[in-house]
Amino acid sequence: MTNEKNPVTQGKTPSIYPAKTKKQVTIIFFAVLAVYLFSMYWTQREMVGGIDGALGNMFNVISKFFPPNFAVLPAIWDPMVETIQMAIISTTGAAIVTVPLAVLAAENITTYRPLYFASRTFLNILRTIPDLVLAVIFVGLFGIGLFPGILALFIFSIGILAKLISETIEAVDMNPLEAMRASGGNVFQVIWYALVPQVLPQFTSLTLYVFEINIRASVVLGLVGAGGIGLILDQQLGFYNYPNAMAIVILIFAVVLIIEYISNKLREALI
Amino acid sequence: MADYQLPPKPKNSGVKMAKRIVIAVLIVLMYVWTFASIDIDWARAIERAMDNFQRVIPELFSPDWSAAGEVSLAMLETVFIAFAGSLMAAILAVPMSFLAASNMMGGKIFSATGKWILSAVRAFPELILAILFVVAVGPNAFAGVMAIAIGSTGMLGKMFSEIIESIDMEVVRGMEANGANKIQVLFYAVMPQIIPEFLSFAIYRFEVDIRASSILGIVGAGGIGTMIIFASNNRNWNEMGMILLAIIIVVTVIDFTSARIRRKIV
Repeated sequence: MTNEKNPVTQGKTPSIYPAKTKKQVTIIFFAVLAVYLFSMYWTQREMVGGIDGALGNMFNVISKFFPPNFAVLPAIWDPMVETIQMAIISTTGAAIVTVPLAVLAAENITTYRPLYFASRTFLNILRTIPDLVLAVIFVGLFGIGLFPGILALFIFSIGILAKLISETIEAVDMNPLEAMRASGGNVFQVIWYALVPQVLPQFTSLTLYVFEINIRASVVLGLVGAGGIGLILDQQLGFYNYPNAMAIVILIFAVVLIIEYISNKLREALI
Repeated sequence: MADYQLPPKPKNSGVKMAKRIVIAVLIVLMYVWTFASIDIDWARAIERAMDNFQRVIPELFSPDWSAAGEVSLAMLETVFIAFAGSLMAAILAVPMSFLAASNMMGGKIFSATGKWILSAVRAFPELILAILFVVAVGPNAFAGVMAIAIGSTGMLGKMFSEIIESIDMEVVRGMEANGANKIQVLFYAVMPQIIPEFLSFAIYRFEVDIRASSILGIVGAGGIGTMIIFASNNRNWNEMGMILLAIIIVVTVIDFTSARIRRKIV
């Protein structure tokens, strides 16, 4: 007696997803695809020769970048060092200024709502402005040089750092703070003895992370005249001196990798 | 009467102290080196700032509304660049992340190679990639799309591979023990666990890419950056104010929307 009408082994296996979800996902998928195709059309409409020509051209041009001319390394060493120094100064400045801002933007410390919302909104707006746009404005204001670059990085890092740190502050254990307050500690004592020890490792780690971001950002600031190695790269590309440009790109690549490696090791040791 | 005394402070071992002193000295040396060798022409910077202050700052806060049409069109192009770039990156990052995740392909060599490629890609700032692509495909928005696509693949690939490494392997092993083949394991054990987080990170990356693509035009890769560079060259700070306003509004709206979508997905 074979059980041929067993519903489990017969017919289609039921899908694991409900029909409604499937329909929604299909609609979203086609919408995304449509926007994507339109974006591709829009971004390529000004391209001469179309995608095939561009790809062929790409290989032609890339071969011009090789071999890189490493003879320029001594000459570009100084701007590279300058770039790193810009990142160091701006990160340090931002790490100092960010402390009061981060405390103000933490929901659990700043219990006065309007102040909290004001600092949150300020930081959100600050973060929307790209670093290079800040650099363009500061170059217009202070003239070409390192200073506008440092200032742009400084302001840009405040936005990121204050947000990250205020989130860390919001995640701390509130019990030590309440205990301090209950035993009569004033606001500053509470912050210093109960909050700081909890936040300090995270703070250092996030500062190093922002330092990494700043190294990358400072590399390109020179493109708008805000000092550092980007200026030299821009010049070399302007002269169609591709082997030199490639040497600069490789140096940037190496420096970014080394600093990221060191900073990663430090962060692992901290947390 | 009991004698209330603070417990003795924990003793620091000699090695720990030495380590701390070395670190402190290194940090101090780093700052001395930085501030001693950097040269900023303070006098000139301050003088220029005094001259320019009136010409720049008030203008920035009175945006040029007549440029609104042109600015929004350029901003739309920026959004298109970011969208096409991040979608390409999200697709490219999937195979890369499976390669780089240590629990998928077996073999440490695959994982190490994948991780190495991804971090190599990440080391290039997007703007440098954009410069290279502008030289290759010409100064147009497509160079921007390529730069965003390649740049984001590095970061997304890393995030994705970390997500894959954090999945529950019990499910995979259970399916394997029941005789499922690789494809079945992928579709029924791995994918349901990773898809929500993959989507969430891809959408987050779109937010980041909007910011990134708004400056690509500075090197000629399309979008609103082109207008930024024109406005700054012409000292047209009213128009710059308008551009800033457009960037702030679009970035805020997209951040807000994407945060809501991500909260729904995960």
